[in-house]
Amino acid sequence: MTSLTIVRRLRARPTIVFDALTTPEGIACWWGPDDGPVLLAETDVRVGGRYRVRFRMLDGTEHESSGEYLEVVPPERLAMSWRWAGGEDPGESLVEIDLRTIAEGTELTFTHSRLHDEETRRSHEAGWNGALDKLERHFLATSERILS
Amino acid sequence: MVNYYERLDRTFAAFVDPTRRAILARLECEESASVSELARPFAIKLPAVMKHLDVLDAAGLITRSKVGRTVTVRLSPEPIREAMDWLRRYERFWSANLDRLAAYAESKEAETQEKDG
Repeated sequence: MTSLTIVRRLRARPTIVFDALTTPEGIACWWGPDDGPVLLAETDVRVGGRYRVRFRMLDGTEHESSGEYLEVVPPERLAMSWRWAGGEDPGESLVEIDLRTIAEGTELTFTHSRLHDEETRRSHEAGWNGALDKLERHFLATSERILS
Repeated sequence: MVNYYERLDRTFAAFVDPTRRAILARLECEESASVSELARPFAIKLPAVMKHLDVLDAAGLITRSKVGRTVTVRLSPEPIREAMDWLRRYERFWSANLDRLAAYAESKEAETQEKDG
């Protein structure tokens, strides 16, 4: 669970999705979880190049993330390190995006891993996901007992 | 006061070790267990198990109570809930972000097809 994977099917070809992910013009149009504006988008899309994106949310808070491109294979794969600016979430994590051509357009597999810290990553590799899921079920069961 | 990230660090660090995960999983199944019951399945000595329990205790993942000579261990789920909440924040962030990416890319695709067609 310290690695997050989301799969989406998009009615757009991989080249268009890849540009949306990597060009400042593209990023400015969608980046951020709500309709708040993108304030800054810089990308240097090559291995070792850096990106930086700053956005404001509708609640007025501003957030910035930056990192380094680790893999750039247009229009199939993008891997980059991820770090929040300021004290938002300490540590560096990894974002990987794979684009696969499908009949309707693109299947996008998004993974954010190495969340939290080195120990979390190691523990993730050691496979504690199942254990954590079980513990969460236990928690839910317990809280239901408490509430009922 | 221990800050939020220090607490998360401790929780995640506690999860790293397979013996500690096994102890947590066992406590998840059973309401409570004594220290010697918990130690039984492992090929390690009781003091080593005690050390693991100390780590779990420091992370707030278990509580220990002593009655006579028996120490009873119980699961304490609050730090787990906190860790899950933290992970869910990321899930919400990216899910909303990818919705917006999809809407944008799909509008660009429609534009491109119009131009081509």
